[in-house]
Amino acid sequence: MTVQAPAAVAFSDQELARIRADFPILGRTVRGGKPLVYLDSGATSQKPRAVLEAETNWYLTHNAAPHRGAHALSEEGTQAYEAARATIAAFIGASPDEIVFTKNATEAINLVAYAFSNGSSGGGEGAGRSFRLGPGDEIVVSEMEHHANLIPWQELAKRTGATLKWFGVTTDGRLDLSTLPEVITPRTKVVAIVHASNVLGTVNPIASIVNRAHQVGALVVLDACQSVPHMAIDVAELGVDLLAFSGHKMLGPMGIGVLWGRAELLAQMPVFLTGGSMIETVTMDGATYAPAPQKFEAGVPNAAQAIGLAAACDYLTGLGMDRVSAHERELTALVLDGLRERPWTTLIGPDELADRGGAVSFVVDGVHAHDVGQILDAHGVAVRVGHHCAWPLHRRFGAAATTRVSLAPYNTPEEIAAFFAALDTVPAIFGIEV
Amino acid sequence: MDLYQELIIEHSKRPQRMGLRTPFDAEVHHVNPTCGDEITLRVDRDGEVLTDISYDALGCAISVASASMLAEQLTGTDLDAARETFAAIRTMLTSKGADPGDEDVIGDAVALAGVAQYPARVKCALLSWMALADALAKTGVNLAEETHV
Repeated sequence: MTVQAPAAVAFSDQELARIRADFPILGRTVRGGKPLVYLDSGATSQKPRAVLEAETNWYLTHNAAPHRGAHALSEEGTQAYEAARATIAAFIGASPDEIVFTKNATEAINLVAYAFSNGSSGGGEGAGRSFRLGPGDEIVVSEMEHHANLIPWQELAKRTGATLKWFGVTTDGRLDLSTLPEVITPRTKVVAIVHASNVLGTVNPIASIVNRAHQVGALVVLDACQSVPHMAIDVAELGVDLLAFSGHKMLGPMGIGVLWGRAELLAQMPVFLTGGSMIETVTMDGATYAPAPQKFEAGVPNAAQAIGLAAACDYLTGLGMDRVSAHERELTALVLDGLRERPWTTLIGPDELADRGGAVSFVVDGVHAHDVGQILDAHGVAVRVGHHCAWPLHRRFGAAATTRVSLAPYNTPEEIAAFFAALDTVPAIFGIEV
Repeated sequence: MDLYQELIIEHSKRPQRMGLRTPFDAEVHHVNPTCGDEITLRVDRDGEVLTDISYDALGCAISVASASMLAEQLTGTDLDAARETFAAIRTMLTSKGADPGDEDVIGDAVALAGVAQYPARVKCALLSWMALADALAKTGVNLAEETHV
């Protein structure tokens, strides 16, 4: 007999008050004394004191270049930096040597694309045939990709002569997998796909994509920017080959991101950025490279930010990722219900909680999203407006721009109510009948 | 809120002189990549006189209203007047609110004065004006040239 674990519940008012007290910025006012209602965490999240203190503490007590020098500070610095790697690895069920620090997810994805590029032109000391691309080979993405997981592959296709293909998106905002066997074929070498859409909120069925991709010998690169901050992630369970996320969207600092890759794959992957600290030996003719992850971390790293990100992982672990998910799910339900009650809005994305994250995009019919955002801002409500770096997806839905609410563990039901109160002032200003 | 003056809403809902017309001397397509606002603008010139400015605009109330105000204010004027208006609009929009604008020079576009307080929106208001400058440049005219009034 199996005993089901009790379902996680949203944070109580008391818990929320305690969480919010950890984020000093949430206490400020904007636009003439309006309390800040921050619903733009999909763009970047706010940071708790613990993260800021971890960064400050690094500079106040340990600051030295990791992996260089034999002095006490350098030793401590190296230890702290590598401990941060281990914490972040544990957070996603990986081992530390599978974690490559980058500037952000954009750089992590570019790292992979350029590894393919180098592997295809004979550089980067890559051994695996997995990283060779040429005419006749295919790269697969989807129509719901953020530009960061689209343009690097467009450019890779141009450089190598490979063909770019993509999955479409259904009207209700799901990945159209009806074409799976035609899109992923024996010619496919890499499939780069988003886990949770930053616009639609859709959480994609990764298992079926991984199955098909691995059946034809293709690698799967997952853009996990909008999933790692919001749900428990286990890379082994996902089954993907490479995975990228950004620190600043998960309560961590700006300037730090992660590329995770299976150890045996990273060992074969050609290098991208080259220079100091990623080498084994160097002569005037050439160089050999350190084992992964060091071979992908050229130059003095963003150590303070890596340590800040580890503090963010600890903070999220303290909250419990299952409770973070449950909390954001409850708030997402409030947003979806509220939009449904307002027929003058049109939701772009799934109108259900199943396989859905806390990014909710919509259009106020007849009013441009920038104008909606401006009115909300006048009430202290911060949302994202525009195409959210997913222009092809917006074209797919015939929307020049959308307004997006995106959630974090510190958001409250009262903030959702404040958002709707502000939204309700929009129709009158633009003479829209409701 | 004070940004959305009645005149702006009015122009954005009923843009004046909207639609692409012939004949024209030059056509340009400008976008605001941060938000996806787009304008296609045509200019027809008879010597010193702007005989027609026609456009197709897709965007926020500020950018559409600004295009409408531009077409209304500059159609039929000569290049010197257009240069003076262009300079006055740019000065007003980049003044961070210090310059309320002169209705005699820029017409209904004085209603856009509030935009100067919102740096992210200045590009929206300037989109059509930069498109016009670009279109005129294609006909060999520099709209940003110093005027001698």
